Order: sequence, then C-alpha cells, then structure tokens
Amino acid sequence: MNLVTLADYAHARAGDKGNILSIALFPHDPAHYPWLLRELTCARVAEQFATRQPSKVHRYELPNLNALNFVLEDALEGGVNRSCGLDRHGKSLSYLLLALRLPGPQG
Amino acid sequence: MTKTILVGCGAGFANDRPDAALRLAQDLAQRSGQRYIMLELLAERTLAEAQLRKRLDPETGYSARLFDFLEPMLDLCIEAGIPIITNGGAANPRAAAQRLRHGLAGRSPELKIACVLGDDLLEETPPRYERWLASGPLEHPVSVNVYTGADGIAQALAEGAGIVLCGRVADPSLAVGAIRHGLGWAADDWQKMAVATTAGHLLECCTQVTGGYFAHPGMKDIPDPANLGCPIAEVHQDGRLIIGKTRNSGGRVSEQTVKEQLLYEVHDPRRYLTPDVVLDLGQARVQDLGEDRVEISSLLGHPRPDTLKGLAGVRGLWFGEAEISYAGPGAVARAALAREILLQRFDQLAPGIQPWIDLSGIASLFNDQGGRYLQKQLAQAPSLEDVRVRIGLTHTDRPQIEALLAEVESLYTNGPAGGGGVRRHLAETVTTRSFLLPRDEIHTTLEWY
Repeated sequence: MNLVTLADYAHARAGDKGNILSIALFPHDPAHYPWLLRELTCARVAEQFATRQPSKVHRYELPNLNALNFVLEDALEGGVNRSCGLDRHGKSLSYLLLALRLPGPQG
Repeated sequence: MTKTILVGCGAGFANDRPDAALRLAQDLAQRSGQRYIMLELLAERTLAEAQLRKRLDPETGYSARLFDFLEPMLDLCIEAGIPIITNGGAANPRAAAQRLRHGLAGRSPELKIACVLGDDLLEETPPRYERWLASGPLEHPVSVNVYTGADGIAQALAEGAGIVLCGRVADPSLAVGAIRHGLGWAADDWQKMAVATTAGHLLECCTQVTGGYFAHPGMKDIPDPANLGCPIAEVHQDGRLIIGKTRNSGGRVSEQTVKEQLLYEVHDPRRYLTPDVVLDLGQARVQDLGEDRVEISSLLGHPRPDTLKGLAGVRGLWFGEAEISYAGPGAVARAALAREILLQRFDQLAPGIQPWIDLSGIASLFNDQGGRYLQKQLAQAPSLEDVRVRIGLTHTDRPQIEALLAEVESLYTNGPAGGGGVRRHLAETVTTRSFLLPRDEIHTTLEWY
C-alpha cells in the first residue's frame, strides 16, 4: 500500500492540562478532511501513541473548521507536575501525531 | 456604524518579550476609540513560586517581570487613556500597586490603580479551602488560589481604574472584563460572553495566534519570525470579532494561526468551561479578511458553571537532570552502554527509583519513563555520530537525588570511552492539585492605590 506521512497533508498544535494531552489537527487542503475523518480513528491515534499508554483517546470533529481535536488521557507521563522527561508539557507531541504513516488520500 | 473596541495582549506568559509589548502600546496609542492592553504573566506553577518569594520578602510576590512590561509602556498608556489589565499581581497585587505608585513619584495623581483580591484562599483566616479538597488534606501548601472570572475587572474599570492588578484569574477573563466594560455587555448575556471569551482565549497566549508556536519552513512560513507582533482583538458591539496584530510587525494572522490557537488546550470544543461562560466552539467559523485580519463567528455560549476551579501548589518534590555525550564512530553503542551502566548502578544504589533515560538524537522528546519509545527507536539501528545521554529523576529526598545525579558525572572516569560534556541541574519543583468549589462562596473585592 502507498503510505504517506501525515505531516505532508496536515498541521497540528499540542496543548496540555495536567496529564492530559490535546492535539488539534487541520488538513492543509480542506478537501482532505473526509479522508482524515476516515483514517484518523481513535484506535489509530492510540496506536501511534502506544508507547505513551494513554488510558483513553477522544476525538472531536469540527466540520466548519475542517478540524479534528484529539484528547489523550494520561499520556504525558505525569505532565508538567511530575514528569521526568525533557518536554514535560508535551509541546512537541503534535509532531508525533504528524509522523503517522497512513494510506494516501487517492487510495 | 456600531461601536468597536480594541484589546491588545502584550504578554502570553511570564517570560514573554517586553519589547513586543511596548510596540503594541505604541501602535494602540496612535489608534482611536476605546483601547485596552492585557498582560498575561502567570502559568500554573508561577503563582506558587511568587508565594515563596513573598515569604522571603513581603514587598515582592508579584510577577518577577511585571515591571519590565509595565514601566516602558506606562506613560504612553496613561497619556492615551489605555487601561492595562494584568494577572501579574500574582501572589501580591498590593505590593505591585505600591511599587507602581511609588515609581510614579507624584506623577499622574489621577491614575487609579485597582487590585482585584479574593483569589488567594491561603490568605483567608480561618482558611476554608480544605473543605473543597476532594482527595484529602495538603501537606505544606505554598499557594491555594481560585480562578476568578471577569467580574472584579469589569467593576474596577467601571470605577475608573487605569491599571488593574489581579492575582489568579482565568486568562481569558482579562479580556472579558475589558470587553464588558468597553461595550457594556451584561455578564449573563451568554452569546456575548462567548464572543468575549473567545477573544480572550485567542489573545491569552499572545503571539501564539500571530505566528508563534507555528512556523514550519516550507510548509507554514512566517514573515519576520524574530519580531512577531502582539495580537489585537477588534470587538464590535454587534458581536463581530476580528483578530489582528501590531502594525508593521513580524508574524502573520491567518486562518491557520487562528484555528490552531482556537482549539489550543481545549478538550471538548462544545463545552469549554470558563468562569464567565461555557463556550461552544462546535459551530465556529474562521474567515481570513486579508492583511493579517481574521474574523471568528458563530460562537455559542451557555450559562457559566456553578463551580470555579481551584489550584493548590505543594512543595517538597525535587527534579534532577544530568547529561553526558558521546560522539564519533560507535557513538550510539557507547551511549547505549552508558545507559545500561546507569540502570545497573541505580538498581544497586537505589532500588525502586527508576530514572528516565533519553538518548538525545535517538529518543528524547517523544520518549517515556519506561523507555518504550527509546527501545523502539534503538531496534531500528539508528546511525548517528553525536548522542547525548540524559537522565531525569523526581524524588522528595534531595540528597538521594544528588547522589544519583553524581553517577552520571562518574561516567567520566568509569564509563564508556570518550564521554564528555556533563551538566547537572537540580531544583525544587512545585506540584499542583486542582479542585472545584462553589462559585457563590467566592467574592472578589477591590482595593485602590
């Protein structure tokens, strides 16, 4: 199958609240929104973040904005309070989502 | 033509850029109509740090950089009649007000400085906060605050304040207070509060809506990214909301920058809880008007929650980090060996304390406490010639952490070949705990200076 990298088709921003990570994702081309709706299921996103072991993944759809908002519970290794990591806020994690490989929009 | 007001934001966090804030003030001073500047200078843990400073010196405890922002713009704003609203009062708005008045040395006697008080629950005698803590009492709290809404700010402005110094207040409320004052909107007009809160939400991180936290060369380019302009919300009486920025500044306001910030730190977009309104972004639309102006519309509001959010800061946890690097042929193998040695040493010296270990270049930002991401990356046999080993530890026992951090430095003589560049860092970290409390238990008050 012809796989593409999400970063070539979408942009994203990560935010944190405690140990909860949120990532808003937007296709560069609004025509790709239905494709992302189809491909980026909660299960697929949970798999991409498997090493962070989120306890729950939510997906919120915003068709007027051509946006998807993902919320990953318990994905920040304790968050800014307790994490021993370098990026305690998880600010870089939008790019872990954008690193996702998925079947291309023409498939 | 309906009435329009302008609200600019000059700071989105404690260490933002004062020179950008000054350029915002200079721009707004040349515009007409009612104008306001907000300065957001607190993060979740900043307030606890400010409380610690106040304990050492009762004349401090406001945001450490508050005056770096205020002083350059003060005369300009007084002259142009632009009120400044900030949460930079932090743990001690009164001390900030006194210093401000003292600094004016008799100038501008007509300037009214208001402190909005009532958010500091630790200050209360007897303290009431313990009854609201769901998960048991706190040991050694350094700060306990409630996120208040816009009521105190709106009242201070109505009573003629030129400077409004708050402690903990929900970030968007800094703008909501200004907008309620400027346009006479009622606190229970939920549709209008949705517009005002969206303005505040888009402004509160300052340049994050004008091209900051955004650029990706070739994909999302930003002009003059070293001189991002501060955002300015144009709010119209009829509820139109447009985000722009300082004239002749760097950065960009586009559909993309606004959308990214609109959903920033939002969970359910149809139920974004703030002290002023429950904001519903489910129908929101964003339209580029050109020339760095973007309109946001179809915002919905529902009655504000009956509860407010409280936040307690607790001391006693230490966060230590230490690093060492390996470069040249076999760098990955030597760094991986250093990691193995450290894991074994930690197991011998302090069983039960598991260090976080990164191999920067292979896995750091995306890594995790268990090293699962690192293992996954190592399995792909990465080829790199400059790898940094980093350990991170948190514990309540400071000497124990110091001893373990020394293990990284001991790799100079005991570790793999060619290890260099050790750095160590250890600092107390404040942990926070949030809770909910009934809104009708909290009453903010004003004090004038």
